[in-house]
Amino acid sequence: MTNTATASPRPLQTVRRRRSTRSVLGKIPGWIVVAVLLIVFVYPLVWLVLGSLKTQDEFLNNPTWALPENWFNFSNYSIAWESTAHYLLNSVIAVFPSLAICLLIGTAAGFALEIMVFKGRNTLLLVFLVGIMIPGQMILLPLFSVYFNLGLSSTLWPLIITYTATALPLTVFMMATYFRNIPREIFEASTIDGASTLKSFFFIALPMMRNAIFTIALVQFFFLWNDLLIALTFTTDDSLRTVQVGLLNFTGQFGVVDYGPTFAAICINVFIILALYLVLNQRVMRGLAAGAVKG
Amino acid sequence: MKSVLSDKRAIGVLLGPALLVYTLVMLLPMLWSLGYTFFTGSVLGGFEFAGFANFARFWNDPNSGPAVLFTIKYALVVTVGQIVFGYLLALLYTFFLKRASNVVRTLVFFPVVLPTVAVSLLFQKMFEFAPQTGLVNSVLNGLGMESVDWLGNPGTAFVVIAIMDIWRAMGFYGVLLYTGVIDIPDDVMEAARLDGAGTFSLIRRIVIPLSWPVIIAAGIFSINGTLKVFDSIYALTGGGPGSATTPLTLYMYRTAFAGGDYGYGSTIALMLTIMCLLVTVAIFRSTARNSKEFS
Repeated sequence: MTNTATASPRPLQTVRRRRSTRSVLGKIPGWIVVAVLLIVFVYPLVWLVLGSLKTQDEFLNNPTWALPENWFNFSNYSIAWESTAHYLLNSVIAVFPSLAICLLIGTAAGFALEIMVFKGRNTLLLVFLVGIMIPGQMILLPLFSVYFNLGLSSTLWPLIITYTATALPLTVFMMATYFRNIPREIFEASTIDGASTLKSFFFIALPMMRNAIFTIALVQFFFLWNDLLIALTFTTDDSLRTVQVGLLNFTGQFGVVDYGPTFAAICINVFIILALYLVLNQRVMRGLAAGAVKG
Repeated sequence: MKSVLSDKRAIGVLLGPALLVYTLVMLLPMLWSLGYTFFTGSVLGGFEFAGFANFARFWNDPNSGPAVLFTIKYALVVTVGQIVFGYLLALLYTFFLKRASNVVRTLVFFPVVLPTVAVSLLFQKMFEFAPQTGLVNSVLNGLGMESVDWLGNPGTAFVVIAIMDIWRAMGFYGVLLYTGVIDIPDDVMEAARLDGAGTFSLIRRIVIPLSWPVIIAAGIFSINGTLKVFDSIYALTGGGPGSATTPLTLYMYRTAFAGGDYGYGSTIALMLTIMCLLVTVAIFRSTARNSKEFS
C-alpha cells in the first residue's frame, strides 16, 4: 500500500495532474503485489491444464514448466474419463436428491421457526446450531453401524441420508435469518384471507424466497460435492465412489504414477466447478460469506 | 392475542420433517457416540463394556499427545495465516484496487470452491521431489538451490499443508473481511485523513479497531474449521511421513476404521468436540472483554 494510493478520495483535476507522475511511480509496489498475487493464484492452475496435455515421457524428461509438445493430445482425458464418468454419476445421484430434500424441509423449518408463533422456537433454533459446530467424526460411527445393520452399505442411500442431515443445520439457520427480514403481517394477512398456513408457505413464502433458496443451494452444493470424509466412510465399494473419492484413488490405480491421466482427472474435476463459477461467481462469493457470518 | 400463525398442525407439518431427520441422523448418533466411549470393539466384531478404559487409554496413548499438539499447531498457524493474509487482501481491495478489485477478488476466491482433493493432488505434484521434479523444486533449482523433499520430512510437510490451506482459503477471508472494512463510514476515514493520518496510522488506529468484530467472527469461523481439518491432510500427506502430520480427526478415522475400535475412536472424536467448544467459548469471552475496552 502506498501513500498516494489513499490520498484524498476525489482530488481536484489540477491536483491530480500535478501529482500524476508521483502517483504512477508510487503505485508500482501495489501493482507488483497484485501481479505476484495473480501469478500465485493463476499459474498453478495453468500448469495443471498444461500438464494434462503432456505424455508420460514429457513429464519425466522435459522441465516441468515446458509447454506440451502436442497441444491437441487429449488421450489423457479419454483415459481419465473412463473411470471418472461413473464417479461423476454417483456424485450426482448422491448430491442432488439430498440437496432438494434438505432445501425443502430446511426452508419449511426456517419458516416455522421464524414466522410461526409457538413456545420454544429459540431453543429449537439453538438445537439446530449445535449441528453446525459438532465435527462430523462424532456421528460417523453410529451411522455406519446403522447403515450396516439395515443392509444399506452397498447402496448410495447412506450418502444421500447423511448429506441431507449434515446440510440441514446451516440451511435452517440461514433460512431463518432470511425469513426474519420479512414482516410476519404478510402471512397473517394471507391466513386471515382464508389461505391455510401450508398454502401461505407453498404459494407465498417459497416463491418469495426463490433467491435465498438458490443461494443456499449453491453454497450447500459446494460443501456436498467437495465432501471427502462422509463419502470415504460410506463408500465401501469401488462402484459407489463419488468423484472425490475416485480422484483420490486415481493415482493408486496404476501402481506407478501416471502423470498425464492424473492431471487430466484433476482437470475434469476443476472444470466442472469452474463452469459453475464462471456464471455464478458473484452469488457464490456473497452466499458463502453470508453462510460464514451467520454460521 | 393468539396469532393466526400458531396453528399447531401446520407447525408440525413444516417443522416435523427437518426435526425428525436432524434428530435421527445427527442428534441421536451424537449421543450414541458418547455411549460408544464406554465400550470397545466395532460393529463387525461386537462390543464389550470397558468403563472409563478408553479415557485412560487416551491419557496414556503415545500417539494421542502428538495428534493433539499437531491439531493445535495446525489450527493456530493456519487460522492466523488465513486471517492475516485475508485481511491484507481486504486492505488491498479497499485502498489500492478500489472499484477495480472485482476481477482480482473473483480470481483469488476461486480455490475456495475447488474440491479439496483436486487442490491437494495439485499441491502434491507441485511440491513433488521424485521421480518428477515438481514446480517448486524446479524454481529452487533455477535459483541454484538444491531440491527439497517437501512431503518426505515432517517439518516441510507441515509447511506445505499450511501453505496449501492458506492458499485455498485466503480469498474467502479476503471477501469476508472486505465487507467489514468497506462498512466503515467514509466520514470517519475522511476525518482521520484531514487530521493528517497517513495510510499506516489510518489502518492501525481506525480501520483495524473498527473492523475488529468482523475479524473475530472470521477467526471463530476459521478456527472451528481448522480444528476439524481432515480432507486436505488426508489427501495431501495421508498424515505422513509416519504419523508426523496426523491431526485428531485423522487419528480418530484410523483408529475406528483401520483399527476397528469404535469405542476409542468415539473417545478421540469427543475430545475433539470438547476442544472445539472450549476454543469457541474462550474466543467469545475474550471478545466480550475487548469490546468493553473499545467502547
